[in-house]
Amino acid sequence: MIEHIDSALVDWSRAQFALTALYHWLFVPLTLGITFIIAFMETLYVKTGDPEWKKITKFWMTLFGINFAIGVSTGIILEFEFGTNWSNYSWFVGDIFGAPLAIEGIMAFFMESTFIAIMFFGWNKVSKKFHLLSTWLVAIGSNLSALWILIANGWMQSPVGMHFNPDTARNEMLDFLEVFLSPVGINKFLHTITSSYVLASVFVIGVSAWFLLKGREQLLAKRSIIIAAVFGLVSSLFLIYTGDGSAYQVAQKQPMKLAAMEGLYEGSEGAGLILLGMPTPGKEINDGQDDYVFKFEIPKLLSFLGYRNADAFVPGVKDIVEGGFEYEDKNGEIQIALSAMEKIEMGKLAINALSSYKKAKKVDDVVIQEESLIIFRENFKYFGYGFLNDPKSIIPNVPITFYSFHIMVALGFYFILIFALVLVFVFKGKLSNKKWLLRLAIITVPLAFIASLSGWIVAEVGRQPWTIQDLLPTVASVSQIDASAVQITFWLFTLVFTALLIAELKIMFKQIKIGPKEGGH
Amino acid sequence: MKKGNIFKRIFLFYYEGFKNMTVGKKLWTIIIIKLFIMFVILKIFFFRDFLDEKFETDNEKGDYVIEQLTNPKNINND
Repeated sequence: MIEHIDSALVDWSRAQFALTALYHWLFVPLTLGITFIIAFMETLYVKTGDPEWKKITKFWMTLFGINFAIGVSTGIILEFEFGTNWSNYSWFVGDIFGAPLAIEGIMAFFMESTFIAIMFFGWNKVSKKFHLLSTWLVAIGSNLSALWILIANGWMQSPVGMHFNPDTARNEMLDFLEVFLSPVGINKFLHTITSSYVLASVFVIGVSAWFLLKGREQLLAKRSIIIAAVFGLVSSLFLIYTGDGSAYQVAQKQPMKLAAMEGLYEGSEGAGLILLGMPTPGKEINDGQDDYVFKFEIPKLLSFLGYRNADAFVPGVKDIVEGGFEYEDKNGEIQIALSAMEKIEMGKLAINALSSYKKAKKVDDVVIQEESLIIFRENFKYFGYGFLNDPKSIIPNVPITFYSFHIMVALGFYFILIFALVLVFVFKGKLSNKKWLLRLAIITVPLAFIASLSGWIVAEVGRQPWTIQDLLPTVASVSQIDASAVQITFWLFTLVFTALLIAELKIMFKQIKIGPKEGGH
Repeated sequence: MKKGNIFKRIFLFYYEGFKNMTVGKKLWTIIIIKLFIMFVILKIFFFRDFLDEKFETDNEKGDYVIEQLTNPKNINND
């Protein structure tokens, strides 16, 4: 029975999923971004016929191949975990996940088995233009592959376009387009892929900077830096735009996450955006402590970004737990926010109604069935709250969410500075002399991965305690398996993924040292 | 590549591609070991589908999950 689930099982299951997802995400963004950089380079080769561009393309293609080979299928583990460790969740999401993941699987299979093969094996075997087309299709295909995963993730953050079937306990898709075009999912996709373009640009610049420091492959390095810096700069501008779109969606759909991202306990009108700050350690609602040890903020910016109104009220953690503040619903009508306790009570009504419905169905009592369904449907919106007892359990880990968010944003702006600086100096012909900048560019490579992972930590830690926003909490999503079994696989994964990461770094570094060469990959 | 049977041409395309690999051979070794660990060891011994193992029909699975979801009295979530 579910009442026997202990927190150790939930914690280990979460830790295992987080570990797998974060390791998987070490490989993915480089693939998403570098494929476009390679496609730009090959386009220049086909346009100009300059063999140096072919050499450059093949070099980066080899590094892409290493990353792709080591990273491929690491995401499958997440699907294994859904079936084994998160069976309640997997059943509850029904075909909402099945459809996008199936499309992703088919798309990935065909792309990987055909176009990547042409990309690597097709030099001199297919025409230049067909080879170029394959390279572009790999870039577009891998990004479209990410689209389906992120649409599925977006649905978890803001479930739309479905109907819960009380007979099967599954969500059924009512409107594919509503799921597919969910603003949360679309913004998440655009923000994720653009952040991956930035990461790949930082990677290409970092490796090229190493060549310049070593006095090797000058032409390759400078040409690569130009392509990557321009791509990185343009992507960064789009990243700011998509980041704004994502934050706006968070403000509308997941206000608690926004409050945690900003460490905002007490809401206010005309709330400022924290530029630099430190949330008070151990801070809890109504404990009389200030929200921050110190802060530097841009006045009114959080209200403006979150609600497109510089004087709008931004609810803090306390406001969301206690309710009572006014907000505009999706129809533009002013509503008074419910407290977490009221939502918990409504959630419990929904759960009890579902239970009554099932019992009534067994004895064929149509009247009770109909009555129960009415209560269930009226309260289903807060179904997940029924699993909670303490209103404060809707608060995610504020310090982790706050710092991850601010690290991500700060690094994002730092990358813009790096792109701009290398572009200026490369066009002035002085980049090779700027040793400090070259060293900085190399150090920046791991920072790009930290920024990317921080983004996912904001998204996933910030939405706790939910696996599906408001409908299913993490604690009710897990399978009743032995916590020690999860522990074993956690350490097993740590071992396997760390080995893969070491293999990737070792092969990658070796290949970079070898540098570009003619011949196969 | 010479024109001929389409299947033979596809086979030769892949065969020659793999044969001429340099760094790729090491990568393919890693891929094969990794896939073996994932699909043979992890999937079979550690990641059996929880509901598929316990129940045969979708009705049984649905009833079980509803039973789970409608008895949340003492979850330690505070």
